[in-house]
Amino acid sequence: MTLFERSAKELQELVHSKEVSIADLTKEAFERVEKLDGDVEAFLALNKEQAIATAAQLDQVPFEERGPLFGLPIGVKDNIVTEGLETTCASKILKGFNPIYDATVVKKLRAAGMVTIGKLNMDEFAMGSSNENSAYKTTKNPWALDRVPGGSSGASAAAVAAGEVPFSLGSDTGGSIRQPAAYCGVVGMKPTYGRVSRSGLVAFASSLDQIGPITRNVEDNALLLEAISGVDPLDSTSADVEVPNFAAALTGDVKGLRIAVPKEYLGEGVGEAARESVLAALKVLESLGATWEEVSLPHSKYALATYYILSSSEASSNLSRFDGIRYGFRAENVTSLMDLYKETRAQGFGDEVKRRIMLGTYSLSAGTYDAYYKKAQQVRTLIKEDYDKVLADYDVIIGPTAPTPAFKIGENVEDPLTMYANDILTIPINLAGVPAISIPCGFENGLPLGLQIIGNYFDESTIYRVAHAYEQATDFHKQTPQIWEGK
Amino acid sequence: MAELTKEEVKHVAHLARLAITEEEAEKFALQLGAITEFAEQLKELDTTNVEPTTHVLPLVNVLREDVATKGLDRETMMLNVKEQEAGQVKVPAIMD
Repeated sequence: MTLFERSAKELQELVHSKEVSIADLTKEAFERVEKLDGDVEAFLALNKEQAIATAAQLDQVPFEERGPLFGLPIGVKDNIVTEGLETTCASKILKGFNPIYDATVVKKLRAAGMVTIGKLNMDEFAMGSSNENSAYKTTKNPWALDRVPGGSSGASAAAVAAGEVPFSLGSDTGGSIRQPAAYCGVVGMKPTYGRVSRSGLVAFASSLDQIGPITRNVEDNALLLEAISGVDPLDSTSADVEVPNFAAALTGDVKGLRIAVPKEYLGEGVGEAARESVLAALKVLESLGATWEEVSLPHSKYALATYYILSSSEASSNLSRFDGIRYGFRAENVTSLMDLYKETRAQGFGDEVKRRIMLGTYSLSAGTYDAYYKKAQQVRTLIKEDYDKVLADYDVIIGPTAPTPAFKIGENVEDPLTMYANDILTIPINLAGVPAISIPCGFENGLPLGLQIIGNYFDESTIYRVAHAYEQATDFHKQTPQIWEGK
Repeated sequence: MAELTKEEVKHVAHLARLAITEEEAEKFALQLGAITEFAEQLKELDTTNVEPTTHVLPLVNVLREDVATKGLDRETMMLNVKEQEAGQVKVPAIMD
């Protein structure tokens, strides 16, 4: 057993009654990593010395000055910069890069008194759905070590599912928090675009990227989102809206709640078990006083193509900064500046990243711009309008997070298009910019399934309220993988 | 338009500043061709008079007061630079 089976609230009770110290919690995280990470392979870098020193200092802070997350351990996805702690985006091109400042969210974690345990593996530059695109290691799904944890925040979900850390941060451009949360049986929230500052998040697709929390239960998730939210002068796309006390929304009351269930989310390509688990979840919510109706989001089928054109176009621009000159890997034995660029990038980037940079460059080039990039931006408008219409009449939209549970390592690597289809239910949400959560809602052959709850702009509170009410009525979130007990 | 030739892939790789081998150009031509063919389905939709969405929030011209603030210092900025000389970033010759 580990201390991390407990919620933040329960951990604080232990600390306040002096049964454990913050130093003990930090030690527990590193012991869990020591014991389990040989199998799970979630961490790329550990912050051991610094974390232990920080914990000792935090233990001196008077109880009355501590917030709900004070002293609790957290893992951070490796595309979020941490001053002095190597940050690679799981790419060779950033090997050895030591950031010279902290991301805004990392400053906020420190202000909340959280202890950073280390940096978590991912698909290179967040491009992928399985963590198989990491240049360093393939993280395993704690529920079945021959399966992927999902991606791109696969290790952020796996580390929480394995009980190595009770909290982590991921990032979500087309499902990269929610799909791994579903595959690993944990809670993952992609906030409204603009809710959380992107300053210090290495940009993939700037109009879609959001940082969000991954936890074992809904309340912890709400607490962590509150801690990292807010407008930031360093990110002009962060929204100047009030940050609510999200945990205060967890009343358990969903009476009269209006739920929309898009027929496109239960149709072709969605597995029977995923479908059944959603219908069962709707019954649970009905029994609590909510009502649901079938609706249509008619442009859903165009979301995947729209997403790959737009995200790749933005990526081709964002990733032009990696040229070997100011940081990271630099190719050797080249004589001209052009060759330095070309060789550094050819040797530093993996195949999936190159594919997307080239797709983006192609979509943006003269002659194809109107047919691809502009067309995709127009279709994005139609997709967003679908969501606006439904959310004008309903409080939340509910469906599965992913069409199937976690697939086997190696199963989809040869065919990019099949791999992309894993994100078909999460991608439209990023295009619309609305918030959505994935919470555990069942199992298929011992592998977790995720329920996706989508809400209106800046209404994460309602999502949390529904997720929490469902969680209280079920026990999927209390189950842990066999590896949890250690070997 | 959906099919990409090897020559087109090499041109795009040049624009993206990626060195590419013949074998890679061949492989990427097939893969990118499949993806762009898939993207052709967007043509089914009539988007006449549909405004493009570049950004989902109604944010325009986010400005701050025009007051100078101190940035990171030069020594810090140079910490990750592999080749440097006299506080400047060094690159290979631009012209022969």
